[in-house]
Amino acid sequence: MSFLSEKNKQAFVTPLNLNNPILVQVLGICSALAVTTQLEPAIVMGLSVTIITAFSNFIISLIRKTIPTRIRIIIQLVVVAALVTIVSMILKAFAYDVSVQLSVYVGLIITNCILMGRLEAFAMTNGPIASFLDGIGSGLGYAWILVVVGGVRELFGNGSLMGFQIIPQSFYDAGYVNNGMMTMPAMAMILLGCVIWVHRSIVKDVDNN
Amino acid sequence: MKLNTNSNAYTITYAAVVVVIVAFLLAFAYAGLKERSDSNERIDKKQQILAALNIRNVDKVQTEDKYKEVVMTDAIVNAKGDILKQGAQKDQDGFKVDRKSMSSECLPLYVCKVGNETKYVIPMVGKGLWGSIWGFVALNADGQTIYGAYFSHESETAGLGSLIKDEPFQKEFQGKKAYLNGTPALKVVKSGTVKDANTECDGITGATLTSNGVNDMIHEYLKNYQAYLASLNK
Repeated sequence: MSFLSEKNKQAFVTPLNLNNPILVQVLGICSALAVTTQLEPAIVMGLSVTIITAFSNFIISLIRKTIPTRIRIIIQLVVVAALVTIVSMILKAFAYDVSVQLSVYVGLIITNCILMGRLEAFAMTNGPIASFLDGIGSGLGYAWILVVVGGVRELFGNGSLMGFQIIPQSFYDAGYVNNGMMTMPAMAMILLGCVIWVHRSIVKDVDNN
Repeated sequence: MKLNTNSNAYTITYAAVVVVIVAFLLAFAYAGLKERSDSNERIDKKQQILAALNIRNVDKVQTEDKYKEVVMTDAIVNAKGDILKQGAQKDQDGFKVDRKSMSSECLPLYVCKVGNETKYVIPMVGKGLWGSIWGFVALNADGQTIYGAYFSHESETAGLGSLIKDEPFQKEFQGKKAYLNGTPALKVVKSGTVKDANTECDGITGATLTSNGVNDMIHEYLKNYQAYLASLNK
């Protein structure tokens, strides 16, 4: 099977849109609410989930035929937890600043439903390369939703993007105020709902997928 | 012969083997990377101490030198004001006390020189909303007014409680009175309700519990160091 066969391409592309982990599978909502108050943590979280999903998908897919069915969830969890811990140790030694930033999310990555969801639904029944691509696709599909929600929340909640002030001071002088609601998790839920709504009205065949 | 992957024996052996492999991997990774990550942690702590003295964004490579230049001693004092260790080597005594082993009998104290002025940096540790928070507060030579402050956290909410790590919040502490009439007076109050600008700092909107945590932590440690700091003026 070649690297860029139609099946592999599908594995990579569908999670971005038609089978998006957040929009369609509605997985990973809790972390999506927690880290989207600002754009930067959203991007960091999106990328880390992408990397971890890809590699845990790859490893589980490699050993999928040996895993006893009755303890497969435990084995998946052990692999994910070991992977996340090792990655965080490597970061601590070689990229300390990143690891400090990530420290909050490490626990959230292990418990992210997307990981377990993809391992169970895809990696257990597909080859390593397709699984790897599916992991990257799912991670990026998760990441772009986080970035959209995080961007909107930071822009209207703090008037900035990536920490840089976007809304000019003259707006504030004219009476504009930041929307405090945007920094609350409830608003993330509502925004997420809106994104799903828009997505479903554009992509009509979601339910048949 | 095809292996029966559903038999009990296979399942138990498989689980055992996987656990052993993972345990070895983790142990090797930890042991192999320990030295590097320890040195990173040391540099990070020194950067935090320097940040409390308003010396921010020091390059990693220069941190050790800058620390040696600014910090004179890392003594250990107790809550009665006695000096237990002098800390002449700058990072062997007080510096080695980690956050969890600080107590009223073991309080690190960094005596520093910025320009020609003596400053005292006191570490502190407390509880935020989700996990521990900590900080370093620098006081002027009189031991009564704040020169600078640095706070950090383990897992406060990103974008809300995590803002205690940023400069705007920490800047508010500069020039405030730490003590009034012999008791700790510095407070973090609900955002927008500062009445006495000499002792009160604005908390963070939407992060009341983290702000309260900072407030309690400051109060506790100002109390711990009070005896020593008060003795400076005698």
